[in-house]
Amino acid sequence: MNMDLLVSVLARAVAQGATEADGYLVEDSAFSASVRLGDLETVTHARDARLSLRVFAGRASAAASTSDLSRESLARVVDEATSLANVTADDPHAGLPDPADLIKGVPDLDLADTSPEETPEAKIEVARRCEAAALESDPSITNSEGAEYYDRRARYVYATSQGFARGYTTTTFGISVSPVATRNGQMQRDSWYSTARKRGGIEDPAAVGRTAAARAVRRLGARKVKTAEVPVVFDPETAASLLRSLAGAASGPSLYRRASFLLDRLGTKIAAPAVTIVDDALIPAGLGSRPFDGEGLPTARTVLVREGVLGSYLLDTYSARKLGMASTHHAARDGNGVSVSTSNLMLLPGRATPSELIGSVRRGLYVTELIGFGVNGVTGDYSRGAVGLWIENGELTYPVEEVTVAGNLLEMFQAVEGIGADLVLRDRTAAPTLMIGRMVVAGN
Amino acid sequence: MTELARTRPESFFADRFNLTESLLARVLGGNLLARADDADVYLEYRVNEELQLEDGAVKKASRHVSQGAGVRALSGTRTGYAHTDDISLQNLEEAARQARAIADRASTSGVVAVPSRGRPHDLYTLAEPPFETDLAKKLELLRKVDGAVRAADPRVTQVIASLTGEEVVTLIATASGWTVGDVRPLTRLNVTAIAEERGRREIGTYGGGGRVAFDFFLEDERWRRFAREAARQAVLKLRAVDAPAGTMTVVLGPGWPGILLHEAVGHGLEGDFNRKGTSAFAGRMGQKVASELVTVIDDGTIPNRRGSLNVDDEGTPTGRTVLIEKGVLVGYMQDRLNARLMGMVATGNGRRESYAYPPMPRMTNTFMPAGEDDPEDIIRSVKRGLYAVSFGGGQVDITNGKFVFSASEAYLVEDGRVTVPVKGATLIGNGPEALSRISRVGRDLKLDEGVGTCGKEGQSVPVGVGLPTIRIDDLTVGGTAV
Repeated sequence: MNMDLLVSVLARAVAQGATEADGYLVEDSAFSASVRLGDLETVTHARDARLSLRVFAGRASAAASTSDLSRESLARVVDEATSLANVTADDPHAGLPDPADLIKGVPDLDLADTSPEETPEAKIEVARRCEAAALESDPSITNSEGAEYYDRRARYVYATSQGFARGYTTTTFGISVSPVATRNGQMQRDSWYSTARKRGGIEDPAAVGRTAAARAVRRLGARKVKTAEVPVVFDPETAASLLRSLAGAASGPSLYRRASFLLDRLGTKIAAPAVTIVDDALIPAGLGSRPFDGEGLPTARTVLVREGVLGSYLLDTYSARKLGMASTHHAARDGNGVSVSTSNLMLLPGRATPSELIGSVRRGLYVTELIGFGVNGVTGDYSRGAVGLWIENGELTYPVEEVTVAGNLLEMFQAVEGIGADLVLRDRTAAPTLMIGRMVVAGN
Repeated sequence: MTELARTRPESFFADRFNLTESLLARVLGGNLLARADDADVYLEYRVNEELQLEDGAVKKASRHVSQGAGVRALSGTRTGYAHTDDISLQNLEEAARQARAIADRASTSGVVAVPSRGRPHDLYTLAEPPFETDLAKKLELLRKVDGAVRAADPRVTQVIASLTGEEVVTLIATASGWTVGDVRPLTRLNVTAIAEERGRREIGTYGGGGRVAFDFFLEDERWRRFAREAARQAVLKLRAVDAPAGTMTVVLGPGWPGILLHEAVGHGLEGDFNRKGTSAFAGRMGQKVASELVTVIDDGTIPNRRGSLNVDDEGTPTGRTVLIEKGVLVGYMQDRLNARLMGMVATGNGRRESYAYPPMPRMTNTFMPAGEDDPEDIIRSVKRGLYAVSFGGGQVDITNGKFVFSASEAYLVEDGRVTVPVKGATLIGNGPEALSRISRVGRDLKLDEGVGTCGKEGQSVPVGVGLPTIRIDDLTVGGTAV
């Protein structure tokens, strides 16, 4: 029914004088519950819908979106977008993708759970078990920021004024917990989580709780270290954040604005030969999977970096045309129109176990958390706050905090000296343990 | 869009959705309060417009409407929250049923009135709200900004300029029996310059705004200053050398570097973390937590500032809350829930990103009042250190007190003189320790230009910061030059 709503909105845009238009409708319903120190804290129920629209007047365009799906509000949004498109400047690269390239049949990627809905009480109990396991697993866990359970069901529909309309449904389930450990007046918080497309895909809540507790406890007694240039081993969570930064620099808008350290690097060596990074939108039940992108184009497996060589950029139709290339089908929709996003982005695993990687380091830092925003996407300059454990003679010793790790992303990827075998798709971006030969750790 | 600013919020929602004050009172009274300690209904209507220039032309324009209602029931430490984007009496009653379910099993002692101070303010009524300004004038401004950035330096290769305007109409029916509304304008001009020289590229960003009209950008040719600043920063960074690594004296310039206060102390003094005992400042009320030169204030009542509000998102009038006075911790920022549980006063800091979220304690405009030192003297007092005048984002771990913020414009200080610019670097420290090492405070307090957005538990809200020039003895600078 709401596919019809979207189609009628696009028809109105054309009737108002638009040469073409496309639109995206997201309808979702969500539930979340948090528990703290065993007691229920917050329960949230949500039901939302948002229709976003892109309207072209020849080579000029404008975007609009609304959460008010009443007939009169939709009519007004269409009219405003159409009149806005008449005042923006012409852009030779603007326009919809070639209709011949649009997806034909939508593959079933198994993205929605079909099991019966559970009661709120049962869901709250999942969060409670998760937190209880964290609180019970170690006597130094004295407090908690709480545990959360959430689920979300979303329906996505994309349509163009030329008669294309396709949709798909996803579900997401997740739990997370943040226990606080205390010793000698020092408090440390850490957290752990599990996320899945299917209810049954969530890890055992008690195991998630115990992992979170162990992570918080191992930070007790953390201290600064002396400033030094040493090897740095990133755990899978922090290694994944390096991929996100790389993907940002590989995205079309950064490139056509010449605001990327990957500019003019396609086909050149940007990482150590052991590094292969893929973005695969078609993984069954994958957290980042999608059958088509935000412009109706069929998605695929893109090799971003093949054995150290930059193999592809991440492009939507507009940025591809600006760069004289073809879309890689990475368009994402947001309120302001079209942007670029990855799907399931991962660095392929190597053969080493994490302890072999740590064991190969005489003196260095094992990083388990990064904070702050010190990444310059134009130059690749990198400087972030870090938490972790100090490596001495191949062994993890005491916990470390209040230090920074700094370098340059291009140099860091070239200096990858070890890749773990421990890749797990815990999230839509994932990496195995990663060892970088040399970075500056700043402390005392 | 013009009807928004011209109507009172009460009649806006009554006219548009047939939701009169008496119907809201019925949703609250009949369905929620019977079982809860506190409850409210929050209605919101938001329009937003963005114009963006790149490659010398405005090719992107967008307009967004979002509306919704949130219903909340509070019982003890519990919160039931339900929201919908379809504002109708039937949906509100359904939301109320879901929200109150949380309270069903809890014992209730009736509504606990949380004292609040004063009446709503009138801090940002505009003669011409952002949406009434002629689109042609806005497009013209963006083109002038583009010209000014490019004219500032031939090394500029790309300019991205955006102008956003927003207006939010809210209406909050509170358990204390009163209904209060607000109309909140918010505008911002942002300028990014990319500069290139001999294969090296850099980026400079500058901007500002507030709860102000379009003409704000024309006053004293503010737009031209923003344009020149973006170009200057980009070009300056082309010759920046590697930042130093290690612990050293750091001098922060006035204005936006006040993000230090936001991260190092602000979050740690929000009521929720202190009630739960998870803040590094928990249980330290009345104790010395900073150098005696340090006073920190959160003030939501400064006219037309980005972080200001007439009332917060629970209907409590905003105020001026002293957090630290001459080094001693004296106040927390509170919403109604945490004020009630801690036996304190709601300070007007209960904020939410939108109807889709329940409120929590948040900052408004957080600053340090001016001290007595000459800023030049402060720099002259440093033998070797870093002088940082502009920053990107920051973050804090509430529990261990560690904060970071990333310098985007900084210089070496050698023998009391500012010398070469250095590349961006993250500064890291521990909140209470860093505040205790503030040894000089300048007389040049400046508030930021109006660019701050604060994120907490997935919710973003506009905020302001302010700082005079200060000297911090020993802060860790995360550069690469060992």
